[in-house]
Amino acid sequence: MPLDTNFTNQKFKQVGTRPLRPDGVDKVTGRAKYGADYNAPGQLIALVLRSPHAHAKIKKIDTSKAEKLAGVKAIITSADLPDLTAGDRGMRDILENCMARKKVLYDGHAVAAVAAIDQTTARKALKLIQVDYEMLPHVTDVDEALKPSAPVIHNDIFTEGVEPTPTKPSNNNKRASFGHGDIVQGFKDADVIVEHTYKTEQTHQGYIEPHACVANVSPDGQGELWVCTQGHFVYRNQCAALLGMDISKLRVTASEIGGGFGGKTHIWTEPLALALSRKANRPVKLTMTRDEVFRCSGPTSSTSIDMKIGAKKDGTITAAHGVLRYHGGAFPATWAEFGAMTAFACYDLKNVKSESIEVIVNRPKTAAYRAPSAPMAAFAVESAIDELAKKIGMDAVELRIKNAAKQGTQSSYGPVYGPIGIGATLEAAKNHAHMKAPLGKNQGRGMACGFWFNFGGQTCCDINVTPDGTVTVAVGTIDVGGSRASIGLMAAEELGLAYENVRVVIADTSSLGHNDMTDGSRGTFSTGMATIAAARNCIKVLCARAAKMWDIPEDAVVWEDGHAKPAGTNAGNFPPLSIKEIAAAAGNTGGPIAGHNELVADGAGVSFATHICDIEVDPETGRSTVKRYTVIQDAGKAIHPSYVEGQYQGGAAQGIGWALNEEYIYGKDGRLQNAGFLDYRIPVCSDLPFIDTMILEIPNPNHPYGVRGVGETSIVPPLAAIANAMSNAVGVRMTHIPMSPPRVLKAISNRKH
Amino acid sequence: MRYEAPETLKSAVTLLAKEKGLAFVLAGGTDLLVKMKGGFLEPDLVVDIKRIKGVFDIAKSATGFRIGAAVPGVQLGENAALVKAWPGVVEGANLIGSKQVQGRCTMVGNLCNGSPAADGVPALIAANAKVVISGPKGKRTIPVEQVPVSPGRISLKKGEIIEAILLPKRPANSSDAYLRFIPRTEMDIAVVSAAVNLTLDGKGTVKDARVVLGAVAPTIIVVPAAAKALIGSKLDAAALEKLAAACAAACKPIDDKRGTIEFRTKVAGVLARRAAEIAYKRAGGK
Amino acid sequence: MSGVHVSTTINGDAVEFVCNADEPLLDVLRNRLGMTGAKEGCGTGDCGACSVTINGRLVCSCLVLGAEVNGAKVGTIEGMAKGDQLHPLQKNFISHAALQCGICTPGFLIAAKALLDKNPDPSEEEIRFGLAGNLCRCTGYDKIVRAVQATAKEMRGA
Repeated sequence: MPLDTNFTNQKFKQVGTRPLRPDGVDKVTGRAKYGADYNAPGQLIALVLRSPHAHAKIKKIDTSKAEKLAGVKAIITSADLPDLTAGDRGMRDILENCMARKKVLYDGHAVAAVAAIDQTTARKALKLIQVDYEMLPHVTDVDEALKPSAPVIHNDIFTEGVEPTPTKPSNNNKRASFGHGDIVQGFKDADVIVEHTYKTEQTHQGYIEPHACVANVSPDGQGELWVCTQGHFVYRNQCAALLGMDISKLRVTASEIGGGFGGKTHIWTEPLALALSRKANRPVKLTMTRDEVFRCSGPTSSTSIDMKIGAKKDGTITAAHGVLRYHGGAFPATWAEFGAMTAFACYDLKNVKSESIEVIVNRPKTAAYRAPSAPMAAFAVESAIDELAKKIGMDAVELRIKNAAKQGTQSSYGPVYGPIGIGATLEAAKNHAHMKAPLGKNQGRGMACGFWFNFGGQTCCDINVTPDGTVTVAVGTIDVGGSRASIGLMAAEELGLAYENVRVVIADTSSLGHNDMTDGSRGTFSTGMATIAAARNCIKVLCARAAKMWDIPEDAVVWEDGHAKPAGTNAGNFPPLSIKEIAAAAGNTGGPIAGHNELVADGAGVSFATHICDIEVDPETGRSTVKRYTVIQDAGKAIHPSYVEGQYQGGAAQGIGWALNEEYIYGKDGRLQNAGFLDYRIPVCSDLPFIDTMILEIPNPNHPYGVRGVGETSIVPPLAAIANAMSNAVGVRMTHIPMSPPRVLKAISNRKH
Repeated sequence: MRYEAPETLKSAVTLLAKEKGLAFVLAGGTDLLVKMKGGFLEPDLVVDIKRIKGVFDIAKSATGFRIGAAVPGVQLGENAALVKAWPGVVEGANLIGSKQVQGRCTMVGNLCNGSPAADGVPALIAANAKVVISGPKGKRTIPVEQVPVSPGRISLKKGEIIEAILLPKRPANSSDAYLRFIPRTEMDIAVVSAAVNLTLDGKGTVKDARVVLGAVAPTIIVVPAAAKALIGSKLDAAALEKLAAACAAACKPIDDKRGTIEFRTKVAGVLARRAAEIAYKRAGGK
Repeated sequence: MSGVHVSTTINGDAVEFVCNADEPLLDVLRNRLGMTGAKEGCGTGDCGACSVTINGRLVCSCLVLGAEVNGAKVGTIEGMAKGDQLHPLQKNFISHAALQCGICTPGFLIAAKALLDKNPDPSEEEIRFGLAGNLCRCTGYDKIVRAVQATAKEMRGA
């Protein structure tokens, strides 16, 4: 039975408390099994040979010497992965990214893979594979790639979204435009206009666990895959399609996941492991090195954004215009579109236009990274708005409050908002003690806002009541950071059971219907929704069984506090029946008791945040230190507040790293120069202060508990918040992220001259 | 690859001298294993020197300190006498890597890695430290700055092992300091670094000075002009400005993923100035 | 390649193994001894996920050869709880929500224990620098530092 998803403002007994996570003990004792922690009997070790070139034709691959090496059991190239994608461009790109076909498109692109009896043999075999390349000119910069002189990476890409469609191929696969009103008139009406071009460098999600899987495919066409992933069902579907397997024959089990942040929503080496296993008829384990993770998984886009915003002297924004160029790596994508849609979403604008330009470059395929594309757009918009406030002589928070979107606002990307939290986060920021705290020498305070859509998607949940009356909940989204606890709380709340009596497991792909990726901050939102529905369906069965035990009509039984009760005195005078009692009798009342739900979780509530940041800049070295940081975000309803805070803090920390030091550095040769944690420089413990959080709860009307996704929005404001703080600390407006010491020192010395 | 863990220096030298393939000394392994992991080095022989007597000793004598080749960073920091005498040397060594790396990394290894950005080396050079080398032809002692030749290359000959570092005895009113610039607070390689070793007279005037810069040239460099700027001064603003200018003038850095020429040149002077101020205070100057 | 025979002590138990001469201790623990609590996040000593102790010193097991631990005492996450009693750090990491994905957690626990063994009353700064060799990408370190502070306080009181 479908769920009435409307928010009902029910009073909670358990939701909102902070019980211990059920997977805690396993994770503090080293017992939890992550991707690389599983081994299959008789497994082979696989390694991938990768291109050292940014762009080259593959003339020939000679694997004969490697094949003769003792202990080598299978070698594959693209010839072992025939194109079965039948005109599906998206799937073909996935296939080509997993293994280069006629050309290598980036430094690190896979060209062959080996499975051998051990790592040493596999390493030797890789060295014996000879690849003849014909070098091609490359381009790795997002702006350079758009120039007419740039080498065209795919000769079958003709810009979509322009009329008429170009006849010449280019590195611009798509353009789109969003907005409303008349920006020409809007800028005429403005008293003050700020206009800049902003750039952000490419960053990586930086999850600590490298991609790892164990594949096991038999000659009878059945297969198993153990893998760290944010979406084992999607991995299953895509791998089966690329390998020509029936989807049902491939059973995928998700390991514990050591971080993903969007980077584990795409398949990378999994089809190679499966193809090797099929060829060798042995289980195959394939683990990426850290170097491979940086070079060949899916970092985010680097961007170049033209931003123009105009306002009246009273602070009313009259027009806003952005042109956003994002690269998708070596394949066509629509990341700029996400940037364009999110850019102005915080504001109620009369005249707004945001245009997206998608760019292809010789870099690894771009993947989602936490609120993908939004942080860069917010950096440009929120920097410009701060500058606007300065020019007008208005407080930066006040200016934002004046222009903030509210219920009924037509968003810049189309929809009209329901109840939203941007205004509330801004008011909270304005009144926050952080805003009034004194600042020291060379210190500055900045703030910025951020938006993310949040997703819903296909979801299902099975609840089974066990014979002793405790309950198992099987879900199909991954526990990326404590969601078992949140799901358990919701199931316990509905059923009226103690949290300890609910065990939540992540089901494998053969045990549950299809579930979409755990992305878009949808885990707690959508699986929570399915769990509540499954629990309510389970309660119906429990009531029916109680009715049978009492021999009264089913509709004469109600469920309260974990017990079946007669609906009223007319229904009969029976003492309440607990789940335990009903479960114990199940064998005589109709068999096992369960509740199921399958749904498309529509109505994900949009999410807003406001961040405040104090930094201190050493004017002699350009080095900056975050002294204080506050995150204020609307959660809709915080099911388990500790893990909501954790999402806020983690997103802010990733944003701080992005803002200050993290970046992909490519050499003139098109090769990545800093493919390791040493020189990629994610924040370490001593780089950060405590990150204060403030959870606001403006219920999402489309979720029974009011939940909004909370995972992603927290990475959106930091780039801008820190840039604004920098501007206030040392009087330089940084338009290039990261604001690394050499860039800041240069800006400071330019300011002096 | 073969792994050997001899118990005498002599057998270690013999193993290394006789090996026809690629042979390396293993003490802390925090550089060697990284290079092996990345496939940049495939040794035929690794000689672990940690079972040799005395390699973990820090000995104080009338002539100064003798620090065994395998003494890890953390052990240097635990030796109160050493910290008191050579705070700059110890703080440099203690900046190598994380706490985990500190449990293993050695100053000798840091030196033999041949990196111009080595944190453990500038203060040793500023201290006029020496190394004792054992080889097939016996022992020799050379100044630390004669060990590195160019990035990644050192002057040791086949079969030679550095068995210890010698730090001289401290005169009165003297101390040292080491500072490096990194973008984060930990875990980075120095983008630029400076070590300053000062001796004052009883009135706080700099009598003797040695200024060393890291990561601004193919090897770590001694900057005599910078030392000259300090000698005879009480570290007044003019002297410090001259010091910074001399350091900037001595820089011959490169642009790379860790920093730019412009940045390194500017910040070298800033760090030298700040290190000098710390060393001055430590030496009793006011 | 001929193997190296190693006799060692891991978490108080005598253990013997044969490994390749160039095999890191981390690979020995994970692939030969089935002790997968230490994780490989980088293999180059930059993330601390493979932290163990050798003779009481905190090290990255990816930067130690298996052959080197002959005669040594190795401590890993598998030996941190005593029987069914979790170490206070383990308890506090759970109760303070100091882990999200959990991949860095074993390394953090080993490093935090090494820190508290040496310094039972660390300042926030000492905790942050003491744990700087352990990367966490989920938590922003906030709740990790708080869990260590709470443990230090608890253990001092006990």
